[in-house]
Amino acid sequence: MSTPSPSVPALRAEFGAAVERSLVSSGQTIAYVSRERSHDVLAWLKDTPGQEYNYLTDVTAVDYRDPERSLEVVYQLRSLGRKADLRVKVALDKRVPLEVRSVYDLWRGADWLEREVFDMFGVTFIGHPDLRRILMWETYAEGFPLRKDFPLRGHFSRAEQTRQALAANPEAHYSLEELSLADSYGELPKDMQERLARGERGFLK
Amino acid sequence: MTLRTVEMALATPGVDAAGYPTRVPLGLDEENGQYREDLGAERMLVNIGPQHPATHGVLRLVLELEGETVKRCIPHIGYLHSGFEKLGEYRHYNQIIPLTDRTDYLSPMANNVGFALAVEAMMDLELTERCKVLRVIACEMSRIISHLVWLGTTGIDLGAFTPFLWSFQERERIYNLQEAWTGARLTTSLTRVGGLMADIPDGWEAGLREFTDTFPKTLREVDTMFTRNAIWIGRTQGVGALTADEAINYSLSGPMLRASGVDYDVRKDRPYLDYETYDFDVPVGEYGDIYDRYRVRLEEMTQSNRILEQALDRLSRLKGAPINVSDPRVVLPPKSRAMSDMEAMIFHFKQVMEGIKPPVGEVYMGVENPKGELGYYMVSDGTSKPVRWRIRPPSFINLASLPTMCEGSLLSDVIAINASVDIVMGEVDR
Repeated sequence: MSTPSPSVPALRAEFGAAVERSLVSSGQTIAYVSRERSHDVLAWLKDTPGQEYNYLTDVTAVDYRDPERSLEVVYQLRSLGRKADLRVKVALDKRVPLEVRSVYDLWRGADWLEREVFDMFGVTFIGHPDLRRILMWETYAEGFPLRKDFPLRGHFSRAEQTRQALAANPEAHYSLEELSLADSYGELPKDMQERLARGERGFLK
Repeated sequence: MTLRTVEMALATPGVDAAGYPTRVPLGLDEENGQYREDLGAERMLVNIGPQHPATHGVLRLVLELEGETVKRCIPHIGYLHSGFEKLGEYRHYNQIIPLTDRTDYLSPMANNVGFALAVEAMMDLELTERCKVLRVIACEMSRIISHLVWLGTTGIDLGAFTPFLWSFQERERIYNLQEAWTGARLTTSLTRVGGLMADIPDGWEAGLREFTDTFPKTLREVDTMFTRNAIWIGRTQGVGALTADEAINYSLSGPMLRASGVDYDVRKDRPYLDYETYDFDVPVGEYGDIYDRYRVRLEEMTQSNRILEQALDRLSRLKGAPINVSDPRVVLPPKSRAMSDMEAMIFHFKQVMEGIKPPVGEVYMGVENPKGELGYYMVSDGTSKPVRWRIRPPSFINLASLPTMCEGSLLSDVIAINASVDIVMGEVDR
């Protein structure tokens, strides 16, 4: 079961050095592609006859325990017709901004999956129409929880987390803009209206 | 001056002086960026949830309405986020199994099985025959109880109360069986890497046999109640429809995908636990609307019942067979041996103190859960804790198609469409 998928030589023939390496783990083929060509590779895999990986099973990312090692964005592809699977990985160097082209235009299913990777790992998907946090709240300030440098209990101390929770205005469930939608906009304190007008975001302290 | 309805990121209508959500949208004046009340606007923002009985958990929907037609639907999730994937990185493999109970808590046994299969695939373990049969029973029991909850709650959402009582009665019988097997009704933690936490107790098969004999009668009653019911048909046919291409493009899975006419079932197409040796059919819909999803789920329960009957037949031939692999790296030696045999004691000590250590590598293991394809993507660096434990949550991905299904339909259909996705927020938010 350790023979690689025939898609890998086909990819090599088409994209050459953009396919950095490939390996087989637990009988499943993994192809590493360069960040610059990742969207081209995925589009090619989706639309080329004989490949037809028409189903995006999952998009996720892996941050390894070795801090020097790149963060990897992982695409699980599947061809429903051929009943074949392929895992495509894009390694992102952590010393430069984590950015990769979005595949939203290829698979709409990537919408929330990419948002989740952004939320949890801080990877920016260029071309995603609505990239914002999905599981954490929008003003979450402690960072990206699934990174290995994120401690299990969060970056802020318990005391700070408690302080913020207690200091929150009862209306703090709503962000400033959300409050601005309310009937009571005219009754908001002057400074809050000014902050709104400046386009300031975030929860009330 | 132009006014447009305020953007999605802002789309909570806020609260009025009495604490109720307001329903008057404000417009954003694009010239100077000021907000102001837009009483002349045709569109209205309505907030549903997160505490609303028809959202099936803490899901919040913000709807932009024009009259009664939904122009835009913005789901907000994350209220039940528990960080299971992060927690898993700090736990031994067998210690993660209780976390899987709590993701899709309507089918905990099937989650346990999926997780154990992923680790076993990484370690290349060959399960015993009896373990496979028992795990199939666990998966199919989960499918039935999960679909029964779906049936009952969707019925209630659309105004039918009686099938809710029928389905919860049937569900209770399976919960009793689960309790007899694992000691827990909800947090079963059934599997261990390489086998099961416990074999079934004596006489347990008779209880399940009684269930499989009598359960089809309930299904027939539900069928009589719903399938040709004019109200049910009126509320479900042609509502929330997705074509096969859309369903694939949205990465839908499970009954949602099959109702749209895509014949894909993980049990048939990437078989695990010897599912290819069981005789069952995969129901496939035609129109991809709520009615087809209902038909698919109803038929899946019938098929699950068939699988259970076959599994019980196999089980009777495997009496007394082992349930755990005989690999001392993953399964604890019997206590009597651990206390008398030096080698067994060492294995016992290493497993308890260090945990199971899969080799360096990674695996994606997908299983057909009631909600759709549940995938576990595990990365191991050779230590006893995973580098990454990713859950591919079927209801999260299915829910992402909700805005497309809702937009253009009526407000009352949103409730029906949302129910037809069959979400469980524990899994959506993880």
